[in-house]
Amino acid sequence: MTEIRAPMAGEPPLLEVDNLKVDFHTATGIVHAVRGLSFSLGRERLGIVGESGSGKSMTGRAILDLIPHPGVVTADRMAFRGRDLVQMERKERRKLRGRHISMVMQDPKFSLNPVETVGNQIAEAYRIHRKAGGREARERSLAMLEAVQIREPARVYDLYPHEVSGGMGQRVMIAMMLIAEPEILIADEPTSALDVTVQLQILKILDELVSERGMGLIFISHDLHLVQSFCDRVIVMYGGKVMETLPAAELADLSARDRRHPYTRGLLGCLPDLDHPQAKLATLTRDPAWLA
Amino acid sequence: MGQGSRWGRIAGRELTTVAITIFGLLLVTFLIARVMPIDPVLAVVGDRAPADVYEKARLDLGLDKPLWQQFAIYIGKVFSGDLGRSVLTSNLVTEDLRTVFPATLELATLGTLIGVVIGVPFGVVAATHQGRWPDQIARIVGLFGYSIPVFWLGLMGLLLFYAKLGWVAGPGRVGVAYQDLFDPITGIVVLDAALQGEWDAFRDAFSHLILPASVLGILSVAYISRMTRSFMINELQQQYVVAARVKGVSEFRVVWGHALRNAVVPLVTVIALSYMHLLEGSVLTETIFAWPGLGRYLTNSLLNADMNAVLGGTLLVGAVFIGINLLSDIVGRLADPRAR
Repeated sequence: MTEIRAPMAGEPPLLEVDNLKVDFHTATGIVHAVRGLSFSLGRERLGIVGESGSGKSMTGRAILDLIPHPGVVTADRMAFRGRDLVQMERKERRKLRGRHISMVMQDPKFSLNPVETVGNQIAEAYRIHRKAGGREARERSLAMLEAVQIREPARVYDLYPHEVSGGMGQRVMIAMMLIAEPEILIADEPTSALDVTVQLQILKILDELVSERGMGLIFISHDLHLVQSFCDRVIVMYGGKVMETLPAAELADLSARDRRHPYTRGLLGCLPDLDHPQAKLATLTRDPAWLA
Repeated sequence: MGQGSRWGRIAGRELTTVAITIFGLLLVTFLIARVMPIDPVLAVVGDRAPADVYEKARLDLGLDKPLWQQFAIYIGKVFSGDLGRSVLTSNLVTEDLRTVFPATLELATLGTLIGVVIGVPFGVVAATHQGRWPDQIARIVGLFGYSIPVFWLGLMGLLLFYAKLGWVAGPGRVGVAYQDLFDPITGIVVLDAALQGEWDAFRDAFSHLILPASVLGILSVAYISRMTRSFMINELQQQYVVAARVKGVSEFRVVWGHALRNAVVPLVTVIALSYMHLLEGSVLTETIFAWPGLGRYLTNSLLNADMNAVLGGTLLVGAVFIGINLLSDIVGRLADPRAR
């Protein structure tokens, strides 16, 4: 396990992002996926919520330097523990990936390599960052499988992705992304592809590992209930812009609802409520002025 | 369920398929021989034979028996290795095939090897540089390889590399001086020479082989590189590629390790198809390079209505198709854990 350090006074935050922009230069014009996002992340759980296309996933990818080809990332400042990411060489950025900043992706069915055993995929993540032999990597991977509560690690190690269930696949994913002990984990809709019954188990495992290791978590989701119960702080995004940032607890606070941004109110209004059933759910109203 | 029994079941299924296909192949060749407007008796006795000689030959050939019996006899003969005698060469067809097929095998194998060794990396680089200059070059090479006629390419190759530059040997399989230095064990000249340590003969045979093999190889490169490109583009869009990058895997390993390893699964079939195509024998290339291969043999036999030779050759090509198909199926299963 990593040393768990309380953030010292004067220590820079894990991640600082100032005025992050992601633009895609396409044949039909420039698409602004993220338009000036700023936040800072400590050893906490930060939720990012918004509709599809609000730029939340692109934010995660931009931090990892994984925006695909026509995309261009700019930022006034983007720093990992005080180290400037904007000026950093791509090769250095790559070395940060997995080792310091990692990401759990949405659907284990597609995000695990289908022709490689899950164990080898975890071991690979370990061997990239540590000078370790095959045996050590295997042992660490087995330990990691155990840490994500897989009952027979030795058996599961040799299975192929198509031979494991969705829930098990997502545990493998978490094991793979956490084995090099990164400080920041981006969880991009980590439970959206899973059965409801498995979702909570996966979240619990994620929660335990993140707090045990004192990591910073960016939890990207469109599920307001989930974010509100799982995160400390929440950023609400729309059209690539931050609508507001608020403590997660206030999402549930009905008395504070009037103080919320109209978009946040809109999102909350869309949720069905068992105690107050409505014949017709509200639909979102979007104001172009918010993007000005 | 044990691993063994699963493989056993797969093997059983494959063998059944092979058996059915071979039966179909025999049926088709037999029927072709029946419907061809060539009288097999006349082919034996000539068209001025008296009626009693004709009748005797007809009985000898078993043509008075019912069709199904003739088919059974045909199958029996094929399996005992009797494909009859070629009218054109007056050799046993099996003997003829034993000399012409290795020549084609040699050419097709090297051609395919060239196609894989050059085509696959080419396709990968084209996929990772979509729309940029390496992709354009690969596209031009692909277009060139597809559309240029082999007879022209072959002649130009001979003109440039043999006549002008003298880098390679001319038409034929091996120089006269080396012809009797080694025994034909496999019939594949380069292999025979190498096996018997006749390195001068090997070099000579190889310099005869490389130009026609390259001509065939260019077609193979064109096909394989285009297919590799499209498989790789598809794989590089998959989420597991992003996941590998998130782990910190280097771009080189993402492309040549993770993505290519997945693209191999469909590529196996493509390479097998390309190989099979070359194994039929390519008449034009073989003619230009005076290469005594299957393509030329079959064409000559066809033009001379040499039915035994044509049917024997057809059977061989069919059997090779079945064999390569089976092989590519097995390799495909080994490459893809989901198909095991």
